[in-house]
Amino acid sequence: MIDREQVLHVARLARLDLTKAEVERMASELSGVLDHIERIAELDLDDVEPTSHVVTIENVLRADDSRPSLARERALAGAPDATDSGFRVPSPAAAAAADGS
Amino acid sequence: MTTVTTTPTERAYEPVIGLEIHVQLRTQTKMFCGCALSFGDEPNTHTCPVCLGHPGTLPVPNAEAIHFALMIGLALECELAPRSIFHRKNYFYPDLPKGYQISQFDVPLSRSGRLGDVRVHRVHLEEDAAKLVHAGASGRIHGAEASVVDFNRGGTPLVEIVTEPDLSSPEQAGEWLRLLRATLKRLGVSDVNMDEGSLRCDANVSIRPAGTATLGTKTELKNMNSFRFLERGIAAEVTRQEQILRGGGEVEQETLHFDPQTGALSSLRSKEESHDYRYFPEPDLVPLAPTQAMLDRARAALPELPAARAERLERELGLPTDTARLLAFRSELGDFYESALGADGATDPATLASWVTVELVARLGDVDPVESPVSPEALAELVRLVSARSVSGSAAKEVLDAMAAGGGRPEAIVAERGLGLAGAGELEAIVDRAIEANPDAVEKVRAGTGKAMGAIVGAIMRETKGRADGGEVQRMVRERLGLG
Amino acid sequence: MSELLDLSTAQAAQSVRAGDLSPAELLSAYREQAEADELGAFLWLPEEPLGVMGTAADAPLAGVPLAVKDIFCVEGVPTTAASRILEGYRPPYTATAVERLAAAGAPMLGKTNMDEFAMGSSNENSAYEPVRNPWSPDRVPGGSSGGSAAAVAGGLAPWSIGTDTGGSIRQPASLCGLVGLKPTYGAVSRYGMIAFASSLDQCGPITRDVTDAALLLRHLVAGGRDPCDSTSVDFPQEIELPSSEDLGGLRVGVVPELSDAATIDAGVKTVFDATLERIEELGGGVEQISLPHSEHGLSAYYVLAPAEASANLSRYDGVRFGLRSGDGDLLSLYERTRADGFGDEVKRRIMLGTYALSSGYYEAYYGRAQRVRTKIAEDFRAAFERVDLVVTPTSPSVAFRLGERTADPMAMYMSDYCTVPMSLAGLPAISIPAGLSEGLPVGFQITGPAFSENRLLAAAHALEQAIGFDSSPARGKAGAPAR
Ligand SMILES: [Mg+2]
Ligand SMILES: [Zn+2]
Repeated sequence: MIDREQVLHVARLARLDLTKAEVERMASELSGVLDHIERIAELDLDDVEPTSHVVTIENVLRADDSRPSLARERALAGAPDATDSGFRVPSPAAAAAADGS
Repeated sequence: MTTVTTTPTERAYEPVIGLEIHVQLRTQTKMFCGCALSFGDEPNTHTCPVCLGHPGTLPVPNAEAIHFALMIGLALECELAPRSIFHRKNYFYPDLPKGYQISQFDVPLSRSGRLGDVRVHRVHLEEDAAKLVHAGASGRIHGAEASVVDFNRGGTPLVEIVTEPDLSSPEQAGEWLRLLRATLKRLGVSDVNMDEGSLRCDANVSIRPAGTATLGTKTELKNMNSFRFLERGIAAEVTRQEQILRGGGEVEQETLHFDPQTGALSSLRSKEESHDYRYFPEPDLVPLAPTQAMLDRARAALPELPAARAERLERELGLPTDTARLLAFRSELGDFYESALGADGATDPATLASWVTVELVARLGDVDPVESPVSPEALAELVRLVSARSVSGSAAKEVLDAMAAGGGRPEAIVAERGLGLAGAGELEAIVDRAIEANPDAVEKVRAGTGKAMGAIVGAIMRETKGRADGGEVQRMVRERLGLG
Repeated sequence: MSELLDLSTAQAAQSVRAGDLSPAELLSAYREQAEADELGAFLWLPEEPLGVMGTAADAPLAGVPLAVKDIFCVEGVPTTAASRILEGYRPPYTATAVERLAAAGAPMLGKTNMDEFAMGSSNENSAYEPVRNPWSPDRVPGGSSGGSAAAVAGGLAPWSIGTDTGGSIRQPASLCGLVGLKPTYGAVSRYGMIAFASSLDQCGPITRDVTDAALLLRHLVAGGRDPCDSTSVDFPQEIELPSSEDLGGLRVGVVPELSDAATIDAGVKTVFDATLERIEELGGGVEQISLPHSEHGLSAYYVLAPAEASANLSRYDGVRFGLRSGDGDLLSLYERTRADGFGDEVKRRIMLGTYALSSGYYEAYYGRAQRVRTKIAEDFRAAFERVDLVVTPTSPSVAFRLGERTADPMAMYMSDYCTVPMSLAGLPAISIPAGLSEGLPVGFQITGPAFSENRLLAAAHALEQAIGFDSSPARGKAGAPAR
């Protein structure tokens, strides 16, 4: 089960602006899917390792050799709003600043 | 055991400080793509579909970045994980092209290390964010303030080092960060330049009643980009927290920005907006399990580190602790010193060290001595001339001035400028003149007022322009006065 | 002309090599068909037909044109993943899979329709238009590679590539009477393939017959591992063109959990059982095995895939490419761009995945789902100790009507019931047409251990020969085997 409040919280995390109607519908549809999913709660999985990768390889690395970068015009070509040198965005308000690293 | 009741206003507090340091690695290319690293180049000239987060692109880790990170883990005496994985740290920000940062979470490359007397909690690898440049009001976005994103820095390999909260004063934090910086510099894995952002430091600060073991609520101070700001920022935050507690209030867990101009601390994020990063294993990357060969290579690449060098200089050469640390932490000075020492086995190590750390540093500032005209051999020769009393201390300083300005060998400069110590014959006449010219002082010296000797010696030194040995001059004056 | 279009790809390539057919002739014949597309199969065709390489006749794929799912980036060519959020996007680079096939002599015919970001089982989630099933235009072709399947089944393309995350190649192949192969995870490079769920996504062929599937797979894996995809690996052998006519000595496992009457339509079950008999006629042994956790595959899948998708789709933020909306502040740039740019199903999955990863829920959903994944892989490992291959129906039903399941997400998700366990375990699986039910194709799925594609293709080929299914809807319906 997921309620309206949770839907709104998750929508904010996912940066999705949902309409009132979408919020209602989402709450009921997601609850339906979660009902099905929650059947895995009954399984005994205590000593089971999680699988995040099915491939068993390790250490796939790249030599530190540089490759040509894109010409700047090409990098900026698809941007919805670009200056001559970069991608323009509304300034993040100081209060909403996140840590960049 | 006695119980002392104190009110918050009179209680003494002690700071509990931990640091989080981000280090840009000095590889040729970015962490997950082949774009060359750059600093100060034209914006958005070092990007590709991968580091711009284009649909369908995939990361491939840079082997050299992992090598550097292993070196750091070893240098900080960490336990290296036999197998570590990358996670995605999810949040939206314009400098983060994929909407997540590839970082390490619950299985970092290494943990539980130590540097000096501070424990290192963990060391992990991640990718740097891009740079947001404020662009003023934008015509396109009506009246709103705009920023421009430059992705040149985006994807630079970063190592994040997190300490345990083992520091207890702003000065100690600054001192430890200097040791870390010297260590990383010595490893050659980073430019460690705080102005340029290749070394960035955040601090977690809390305070507690002195002598207790409790942990107070901590705040996070972001991105203090110099040693001075780090120390001032922490000091300001400690004061702020003390004022809150003494006033009967409670410290709130928050992230703060320190403005070095005004000394003010401002909140970056309120508690409600604290992030839910939804970490999960990065499915585009396979695990990292350092092989014996990788570990051997990292171990073989480790030079003698500053902490060990300071200890060795102190123990083997008998240098004072501060001098030894200065030579070790600024490894370019240490290298200069040791090469000067090797050039002339007859030089006294402590005297030479003082000439390097005091006189040479005064003339070079932050410049690497390798780039100055003073060669290690020349400085060693100068110090030997002083020790052999062929030249006075003050004259030697003049010689060093000349060497720092235009190079050259000390003996040649001494000869050319007539800076050698005045001979006995020359001195006798000068001593006689000085005694004649200072009858008052002579009388006082005779009466046993030792201080008065200074006036006579000073006159002699003036006349010889410092080319005399002070002790020798005193001896001669006393002899002349029949006090010897 | 119609004879030319009836040739399988391998046959067409043979004719080109023999000098009986020119690549240009072949391309223009298909180009004409694709331009007359009434199925909604193509989202984009080049203005001018793409030139056929001069060396096509010598190239292994002999200039036979390829329909490419619009999830593959091709430099300078509109690439949308059937989403509004990528409208007008032209990638600055080309996917490895497309590059390799083009280098082997298969030029791109056009970009095919799909469910938005490969999320769907009916192709009704395309932001542009739904795709129709050539066997019955009021029915869905399956999804998410529905455009690729409809193009091949409708004779608009000789062959195609699609992507499969939980069944997106196999299910549309099944619903359109075609062969669809999802290779072992890691066999084919994912570089340039727009990500849905990175730990599950694989590229593979959708073709008229097993030989064509083998031919395409051979050239998808022939270059070895792709240095641009850390999860790609060298395929341990060369892919052989199958010739086997019998199944002598082969042990085949049937899974009650995945072929039980409660979840599988009766008509599908009938064709499935008949196919088991054919296996025995061909000398194979059929025995029952168990994959006890496979019934939980769908639950695990609908946690893991949306979770990965929620992160994979964060890059669509209106900053560097694609759509931008909003009223001037940063939060509205994000929230409006994504609200306007994503369709309902994509939003649903982003929400589901974000929820499953969010603070306080991770262990209950994501953590458990990963452990179910481990159990499913262990089930298969145990099964392959006893049998060589595992077989199931591909889709629980034949092609359903447009609109029939759009109101009920869970009913739509059930389409992947039989295909999801193999995806979770990273195993190769092929769907071949095995007969008709209600005049519509029924697919038969064969799965083997990782990198057993040659064994899989050989068995599929022997069965295909015995079944004699006609992949042309017009003739197939008329001359369906009587069984
Ligand atoms: Mg970090
Ligand atoms: Zn790049």
